[in-house]
Amino acid sequence: MMASAAPRSRPDVWTDAVLALRILAVDAAAVGGAVLRAGHGPVRDLWLEQLRGLVGPAAPVRRLPAQITEERLLGGLDLAATLSQGRPILQRGVLAASDHGLVVVPMAERLDRGIAARIAATLDTGEVCVERDGFSVRESAHVGVLLLDEGTDEQQPLPVLPDRLAIWLDLRTVALSEIQDRMPQAGSVAAARQRLPTVRYSDDALLALVTAAVEFGIESLRAPLLALQVARTLAALDDRGSVEEEDLCTAARLVLGPRATRIAAQEDREEESTDAASSAEPSAGDRSQAAGPDLPSEPAEQSAGAKELAEQVIAAAHAVIPADLLARLGAAGGRAPVGVGGGRVGMLRTSLRRGRPAGVRKGLPRPGIRLSVIDTLRAAAPWQRLRRAQRVGGHAARLQLRAEDFHVRRYQQRSETVTVFIVDASGSAAIHRLAEAKGAVELILAQCYVRRDRVAVIAFRNKGAEVLLPPTRSLVRARRSLAALAGGGGTPLAAAIHAANRMADASQRAGLTPTLVFLTDGRGNLTLSGMGNRAVAEQEARAAARTLRSAGWRSILIDTSPRPGPTGYALAGEMGGVYLPLPHADSVQMSRAVQRLSESAA
Amino acid sequence: MAQALVFPFSAIVGQEQIKQALVSAAVDPGIGGVLVFGTRGTGKSTAIRALAALLPKMRAVRDCRYSCDPDTPAAWCDDCQERAKNGSLRQHAVAVPVVDLPLGATEDRVVGALDLERALSQGTKLFAPGLLAKANRGFLYIDEVNLLEDHLVDLLIDVAASGFNVVEREGLSVRHPARFVLIGSGNPEEGELRPQLLDRFGLSVDVKTPEDIDARVEVVRRRDQFERDPVAFVGAWRRHDAILQRRILAARKRLPLVQVPDATLQLAARLCMNLGTDGLRGELTLVRAARALASVQGERSVGAAQLRCVAASALRHRLRRNPLDESDASERVARAVSEVLGPDP
Repeated sequence: MMASAAPRSRPDVWTDAVLALRILAVDAAAVGGAVLRAGHGPVRDLWLEQLRGLVGPAAPVRRLPAQITEERLLGGLDLAATLSQGRPILQRGVLAASDHGLVVVPMAERLDRGIAARIAATLDTGEVCVERDGFSVRESAHVGVLLLDEGTDEQQPLPVLPDRLAIWLDLRTVALSEIQDRMPQAGSVAAARQRLPTVRYSDDALLALVTAAVEFGIESLRAPLLALQVARTLAALDDRGSVEEEDLCTAARLVLGPRATRIAAQEDREEESTDAASSAEPSAGDRSQAAGPDLPSEPAEQSAGAKELAEQVIAAAHAVIPADLLARLGAAGGRAPVGVGGGRVGMLRTSLRRGRPAGVRKGLPRPGIRLSVIDTLRAAAPWQRLRRAQRVGGHAARLQLRAEDFHVRRYQQRSETVTVFIVDASGSAAIHRLAEAKGAVELILAQCYVRRDRVAVIAFRNKGAEVLLPPTRSLVRARRSLAALAGGGGTPLAAAIHAANRMADASQRAGLTPTLVFLTDGRGNLTLSGMGNRAVAEQEARAAARTLRSAGWRSILIDTSPRPGPTGYALAGEMGGVYLPLPHADSVQMSRAVQRLSESAA
Repeated sequence: MAQALVFPFSAIVGQEQIKQALVSAAVDPGIGGVLVFGTRGTGKSTAIRALAALLPKMRAVRDCRYSCDPDTPAAWCDDCQERAKNGSLRQHAVAVPVVDLPLGATEDRVVGALDLERALSQGTKLFAPGLLAKANRGFLYIDEVNLLEDHLVDLLIDVAASGFNVVEREGLSVRHPARFVLIGSGNPEEGELRPQLLDRFGLSVDVKTPEDIDARVEVVRRRDQFERDPVAFVGAWRRHDAILQRRILAARKRLPLVQVPDATLQLAARLCMNLGTDGLRGELTLVRAARALASVQGERSVGAAQLRCVAASALRHRLRRNPLDESDASERVARAVSEVLGPDP
């Protein structure tokens, strides 16, 4: 499992960022776009400004407003034009208006998942399909997408979009002083655009990228495809007609490295047979037979050259795997717990749902209730001739509207709950506790998914608390992230309570009602600074618990120690929560207790 | 505007399960829809979007907004019934509709609504049919089906069950046939599907990316070729799609002649009992899917071999949920299959 080959030295982040600018400027739609992880600040502004300059004035660069509606994104009825012309006029959405340009998505970690899915569909098909407000049109929308991710570890962008975007950049560590005089040159971009369609690549090159993706545990086939596009773009930027090794290495560094979910075993491959790659990920899935007329039927025998090329590509990508991922991968036996790569392991985005559209009803718009123009017009339309005839005095409006015509949009504001389990994974009882917590989580999920309740899991042991499962309704994801957790070590209880507080806060901002369920014996022995001092640790835990009470979160502390005692009881009191001694913490009792608590509050 | 070229069905590498399910649904629409679940980048929607090019043309009443079938008067829309009284209906061959129901579609476009242009300019009350009308006798495809808004799901559930779309809005009162094969795709990580909607899908397929390097290389290579020159790529594969289309046509003709022996029915019943599936729908779908497969394979009767092939896709979404059972649904079906039908030969 050890990656013993000396990895290439890592080029600094800004060099890659500049390279990314040039790649995006050539053809952003071909590589999907980029995820830019950085705080708001001069570095990000400078990068964006450079990008605008490089793509040129001809290509539109549109920034989405933070809370864009579907109507503006996809297109809808243009009210002013419709009323003035007396027939329905379509207003183009932002996606169609950005054709052959770039769409910038700020605060991507807060992006609604419905909106994200719609943008993803546009990336896949290169067009916007409008079936709204009486319109049925398709509009061309070849766009590149730029996600600006300011997320914390508790809030990450949904994977649906990043998966389609080639380049993932993390500029959080870049200082303005480092970059002032290192900007890309615009000269080569226009030439590269001309060159790109004719750039060729060898079979070995393709094989190397696909092999590297498998070695890094990247399941999505979009990754090697995007890496290939990046490699071709790099060759075009260098004014070459074919993809060469350095292009592949750079592409692997930019595209595959940040997506890695496990460490590629570089040296071991030498001794193993050539099918090491294909057996690297044994699965119960059906072995798909490659069918088709012109599929090469030669066996997986790779030439020495191809193998060497793959090694080079793997080494290049290896250099940029984030250090924390390496550490985590090492701990988890070389396999990341969640199949999302690149420093975002195990921390998918929390949800945000402000109610979904739920049809239209008759009524007058009020503050907070939006008018549905199309339905209002529809209601008024059949009466126009009659009303014009009846009109006495007044001016002749083109459209005669009455109060009874007005329709408003309804949004479903179902109060959704999220149950956050904070599981003590430290000490000797960890394995048993974890197994029961897992059972309870799955029971709750299975019972509540019709009601669309969510669950989340935070585990704490050794150095701190980790968000194991962000709020989700998905049983699949719950199972997968819970399966990978190991137990043992010290008890950083205070850190866990703080993490719970943060998640509760993030959930509430997303319109969910959190319930916190602690599974612990209440005996912390690691301080917030990571020191092993029981007295200080317990003091900190109690202080943290008081912040929960002042925030007003609903909580329950399930005391899992063999002899439940005053420590747990006191802690539950501090957090203003329910105390439930359950020395044998079984999943059925646990899920019942939690249900009662959620229902009593609902 | 012309629809963008789509990746050809025959050029899809591997993915035999989803191909088989889609071809079966094309041969026998009565199987009742296909649900494709898989993680990101597995080519779910590629296969589904490719289906349209495979479907043979169908006969439809000319100038009918719902493409009524001239041979089944019982399912005609009101217009066709009215016009049939005044003489025979003219007919023509049309492409089988494969209608995309995009996320973000509004209710009025799905069910149909008052034609606003006519109402505003002429003051006439006319029904503008929606996507459900367009999909009549064809396929309705919903990508990211688990993200579909609840009020649209309610609509679909109702229409898919009755085969008719009833519109009562803006003073309109319209009822028209809306029989379609529901095709959905989604990522299980985005959330679960409502059980009522799940039940409307006859077959459910779990897609994974191919594990073997050669197949993966080929997927990426073909995708890249397609993206760089779609016209040439589609042209090169047209012949293969045409062959498959002829097979579908032949299988449709053969379908009524395919026998289902009692022994096979008993095996199907035992399989469903072993798995504890709810209701009879699982059993019916299992047999119908097996029969469609037998017909594609050119067999005269349905045997255990066909049941074995279709069991997972016909039953895996109908198992009673047992959250503490670690193994996934496909494995549970596979276990039951080897218990009832014996181990894989």
